[in-house]
Amino acid sequence: MAAIDDSRPIFIQIAELVESEIVAGTLAEESQVPSTNEFAAYYRINPATAAKGVNLLVERGILYKKRGIGMFVATGAREKLMANRRSAFQKQYVQPLAREARKLGINAEQLAGMIHESLTTEASEGSVL
Amino acid sequence: MNNAPAPAIEVRNLRKSYRELDALDGVSLTLEAGRIYGLLGRNGAGKTTLMSILTGQGFPSSGEALIFGHSPYENDEILAKICFIRESQKYPDDFNARQAFKAAALFFANWDQDLADRLVTDFALPMKRSIKKLSRGQLSAVGVIIGMAARAEVTFFDEPYLGLDAVARQIFYDRLLEDFALYPRTIVLSSHLIDEIANLLEHVVVIDKGRIMLDEDAESLRGSAVAVTGSREKVDSFINGHQVLHRDSMGSLASVTIKARLGETERAMAAELGLELSAVPLQQLVVRTTMAGLQNDNNESVEVLK
Repeated sequence: MAAIDDSRPIFIQIAELVESEIVAGTLAEESQVPSTNEFAAYYRINPATAAKGVNLLVERGILYKKRGIGMFVATGAREKLMANRRSAFQKQYVQPLAREARKLGINAEQLAGMIHESLTTEASEGSVL
Repeated sequence: MNNAPAPAIEVRNLRKSYRELDALDGVSLTLEAGRIYGLLGRNGAGKTTLMSILTGQGFPSSGEALIFGHSPYENDEILAKICFIRESQKYPDDFNARQAFKAAALFFANWDQDLADRLVTDFALPMKRSIKKLSRGQLSAVGVIIGMAARAEVTFFDEPYLGLDAVARQIFYDRLLEDFALYPRTIVLSSHLIDEIANLLEHVVVIDKGRIMLDEDAESLRGSAVAVTGSREKVDSFINGHQVLHRDSMGSLASVTIKARLGETERAMAAELGLELSAVPLQQLVVRTTMAGLQNDNNESVEVLK
């Protein structure tokens, strides 16, 4: 389970954790998410901070509130998050990869080969770390 | 709630001078009700003096200290809403923990005996042994239990964990959060163990040499500084124009902490320059800010925080 650190705003980290659970499918659409007090107790953070993280996802349409019951994952949330992540993928992963490759003198062809190899072996082995 | 009630705590230009020392040197603060505040600072910074005045146990030399809009001094109605647990809390000599809790139950209207009982079990506190014969950690546990079970509207914990081991401190933090979630109230945690309590806090006040160095929401502090590491020339050109909180260098390498939230363009630029960017935890940020503030003291006063 990912840990919270205090080097970035915690409410953003909480929002990201929930998003990751949704993308991974552990939090299914239309299922209930933990209450802010449960988040606070579990991650040992201030309840107001946990609430801020959950509200961020409500604003983005990822979660919605059922009065008197709690927070739920919106239908379509997973696809929305995946689309966001796909559009951030190049900046977040490919550019740093390319930068490091250049530094080490790995050319485009070699890099492509490595990526291809990783994609195929990971697919056959499952995502083992 | 939006009726703009008096803040839980309001301090205006508070001074407290002893013969040769200004323990508080013009402190102004407003703490809202229903939040957990961290009052952070080094030993001797003025934390305890401030809390003593706020709880009616000391006089200011000048200025005002108000709880819910009223001075606490000899004000029973206000004092009944306040619980102050000191680092070395004193109890009557022949008391055991049970008697101390009984006395607290009489004084605090919101006292929750069930919570006290649960905490006694959590801390494995011997109830019948005379308080005088308790270990340092057990003595701290008595204070922590009173401070929590009192459910006072304003609770001050002054370094409450002396002698408590890491496990017992974690029990304290966990129970405090649980209970605060159910019964929100104003809690001021004074501590120098910043990293341990950082995630509990909604707002951070740093005091040093009797002055407020920092008074900011914890969430806006988190990520408000970044450490830039790399070859000195490149670091220097990159940080140009930013406020420097700290600088380390080793040979041609430099690591400089700047007060800045970098955007994507700046991050990409740092990466292109081969500079390493690393996040600065709250503990370090507080230390750096405090030290930067002290250095600026000698020059003309620079606005450090914004």
